[in-house]
Amino acid sequence: MERQKAMLAGYFGELARARETGLKVVYTFVPGNLTELIRAAGALGVYPEVNALQSAMRQRSDGFVREAERLGHNEDVCSYVKCDIGMLAAGNIGPTGEKLPPPDLLLLSYTGCFTFMKWFELLQKEYGCEVAMLHVPYQADGRPTEEMRRYVAAQLEGEVIPKLEKVTGRKLDLDELASLLARSARAEDDLSWVLDSAKATPSPIDAYFGGVYYVGPIFTAFRGTEACEAYYRELREEVEARLARREGPVMPNGVLAEERFRLVIEGPPNWTHFRDFWRVFYDEGAVVVASTYTKVGGLYDDGFRHGRERDPLLSLADYCLGCYTNRSLPARSDLLASYVRDFHADGFVINSLKSCNSFSVGQLVMMREVEKKTGVPGGFIETDLVDPRYYSQANIKNRIESYLQMISQRKAGGVSSGA
Amino acid sequence: MGLFVGIDLGSTTSKAVVLDASERLLGRGLTNTRSNYDVAAAVARIEALDDARFTLIERTLGGSGAAPPTSALRRAWVVSHCVDRLRALGGRVAAIAESTGTASDGAAIRRLFERIEADADAVFGTLAEDRSRFFRDLASARFFADATDAAQRRELAYDVAAAAYDQAIVEVENSETPIGAEQRLERALGRAGLSASDRASLERAWRETEGALTVEAYVGTGYGRQRLPFPKEQIRSEILCHGLGAHALYPGTRTVLDIGGQDTKAIQLDEAGLVQNFQMNDRCAAGCGRYLGYIAEEMNLGLHELGPLALEATRAVKISSTCTVFAGVELRELLALGERRENILLGLHRAILLRAMSLLARSGGVRNELTFTGGVAKNVAVVRELKSLVGEHYGERTLNIHPDSIYTGALGAALFARRGGGESLPAPSRGKPKAAAAAARA
Repeated sequence: MERQKAMLAGYFGELARARETGLKVVYTFVPGNLTELIRAAGALGVYPEVNALQSAMRQRSDGFVREAERLGHNEDVCSYVKCDIGMLAAGNIGPTGEKLPPPDLLLLSYTGCFTFMKWFELLQKEYGCEVAMLHVPYQADGRPTEEMRRYVAAQLEGEVIPKLEKVTGRKLDLDELASLLARSARAEDDLSWVLDSAKATPSPIDAYFGGVYYVGPIFTAFRGTEACEAYYRELREEVEARLARREGPVMPNGVLAEERFRLVIEGPPNWTHFRDFWRVFYDEGAVVVASTYTKVGGLYDDGFRHGRERDPLLSLADYCLGCYTNRSLPARSDLLASYVRDFHADGFVINSLKSCNSFSVGQLVMMREVEKKTGVPGGFIETDLVDPRYYSQANIKNRIESYLQMISQRKAGGVSSGA
Repeated sequence: MGLFVGIDLGSTTSKAVVLDASERLLGRGLTNTRSNYDVAAAVARIEALDDARFTLIERTLGGSGAAPPTSALRRAWVVSHCVDRLRALGGRVAAIAESTGTASDGAAIRRLFERIEADADAVFGTLAEDRSRFFRDLASARFFADATDAAQRRELAYDVAAAAYDQAIVEVENSETPIGAEQRLERALGRAGLSASDRASLERAWRETEGALTVEAYVGTGYGRQRLPFPKEQIRSEILCHGLGAHALYPGTRTVLDIGGQDTKAIQLDEAGLVQNFQMNDRCAAGCGRYLGYIAEEMNLGLHELGPLALEATRAVKISSTCTVFAGVELRELLALGERRENILLGLHRAILLRAMSLLARSGGVRNELTFTGGVAKNVAVVRELKSLVGEHYGERTLNIHPDSIYTGALGAALFARRGGGESLPAPSRGKPKAAAAAARA
């Protein structure tokens, strides 16, 4: 945690000095991001969703969202967008208190969320900078075809890389890219091991509330760096030790004494009340053993690693295509059902977000599918990303407690149903 | 004999149910929650225990041909308690009216309350039998009728009296009457008009039941359950309690729909009353009981008048929003367009049910019988529309609505108290029909 904080602080510092150091700045999004490519081009990445969630965790998103609404953005617009627009209006001071540099390039690397396009359209209007758009075909059949891979790689070659080169004024170093991808793969191996460790009982990690910290470096600007590789090596060693001691996960109030429930969670967390939201679970001894949100940047479950495909552009294409939100609803349901089974979960909970249609659409259908596949009832809660007005602690607590009591009654009832 | 108490602290009403060790229903208590959960819990619990005491007295004295009229004492007990609250209320209303209006407003209000008190038996007597009504409903109905008359006779300023009443009733409901049981018994005995021998045997029975009123276990549930001074093991979610309560009332039911003040829940049960799945509305209370309350206020009607009026509709107006905030706007718009009040009301009732139907579908549909609980189950228009919508979606299904469905959650909680918590379920099957029979009898 401390290492991650230092990494983040260092990076935002680097961004604040970008104008002096002459480094170019690329704004891009987390799902299927092209971090290694940006780094190999010698530029710095800025991830607006991460800024928004960081602002929310620091209790600053409320003001930003309201500012954006004052500027005319509707209540129903994605709260990440409004938080970003509000932050921009307030001087573009980032979550760490340092000013964020304006973008030299807006790189839209994932088109599965249409709001992303509109978001960058707004930013383009504001900054008047270059835009590179990568069209990533949706995996309607659950997996990418060869044509899709080649289509994405061709866009990287013909659109994205030339734009990057134009902005940075230098030729992309393909050797540098390859070595970044190799380092990414090593970090990805370690992260996958860590997330897999939750199959143990008790789980040594919480794969959602803890998990969002674990995926922080790899889904943002750090993937491919030495610091990132070191972070995941250290994380893995720490979790290995905890596993050997049969210790539960570390919660905000210390190591969890007793694992009473094992849950799978679908959907991003609420960021404005992150600690309160987490407490609802750990107060009841509920540990999240697997989550789909920790796959939102990229999915490593089926063996994907950066650079494993020798052609670096195809490798990047595979990553873009494979991110969780680019999967069809049946593929997402299958993944959830496999988590419930493989991680021996007692239940699964869907956190549906008021302002994120691209995540929330179809979740009720998915819930029914997963129930059918696993025989485990799902719980359904509704919050939002960074708009605090859509989070109600009493409501969430009521719902989750009821759900867990039902699970525990089912467990007990299943045993004594012959009585 | 040990008693088992379930308390359901709802957002609108608080309920308590008392069972004996054989899971037979002994007593029930009900009060408005308003803003104070602590007082509401205490009032409901005390009422239920008092009610249980009379049931025990009836059991002790009943049977023999010359049994003294316990029911007369029970009724007098309830009425004299209402009189205590009425006096507190009258004093407050008059005092507020004196400060906001004139001294003569205050004096007129005092006279008005004296007249209500003189009619106390007629005004409040039904509360002893009808355990799903409140002091507030009855006192308010009478007060506003009398105040309207008095205003027409120019004895008081209606707006002053009404505003004072609205403020005072909240204060009175949120405070407990500081009158001890002995003093209350004395008054009730006086009011019941008993013969000397009846009075003596009732007094004796009263003392004898003293020792029987030991509460062995409490379980709390409902929206305000965290406020109950119980350890965590004695708190159950209302989902489990409604499920178990509904199962006790209708052992065959597999699906329960509860529409309460600010929650709508669709619950699926197994054959033992264990919850298999459930769905609830989101944090927004659109389409819940509170919505109807708001509509009633907007239309200047009593909550109980909405359903019957809606039944007089010739068609249902399409309502686009079940949002409690927007409902008022839409309502005024439709009225301004000349739409009949009845037709709008029917549309509003349907809108609520469309939301409930979606929760039912989410939770797994209606499998066999549907048991409908919660305050909204009292609304005749909602019931009629629910029946037709369930028929449309799932075919012919039995719809169970218990006259005392408001107590379902508290009954479930009391059953949990008796059975020592969720983990020890299912209970011996002999317990269930008894509770059901007892509730049906009451």
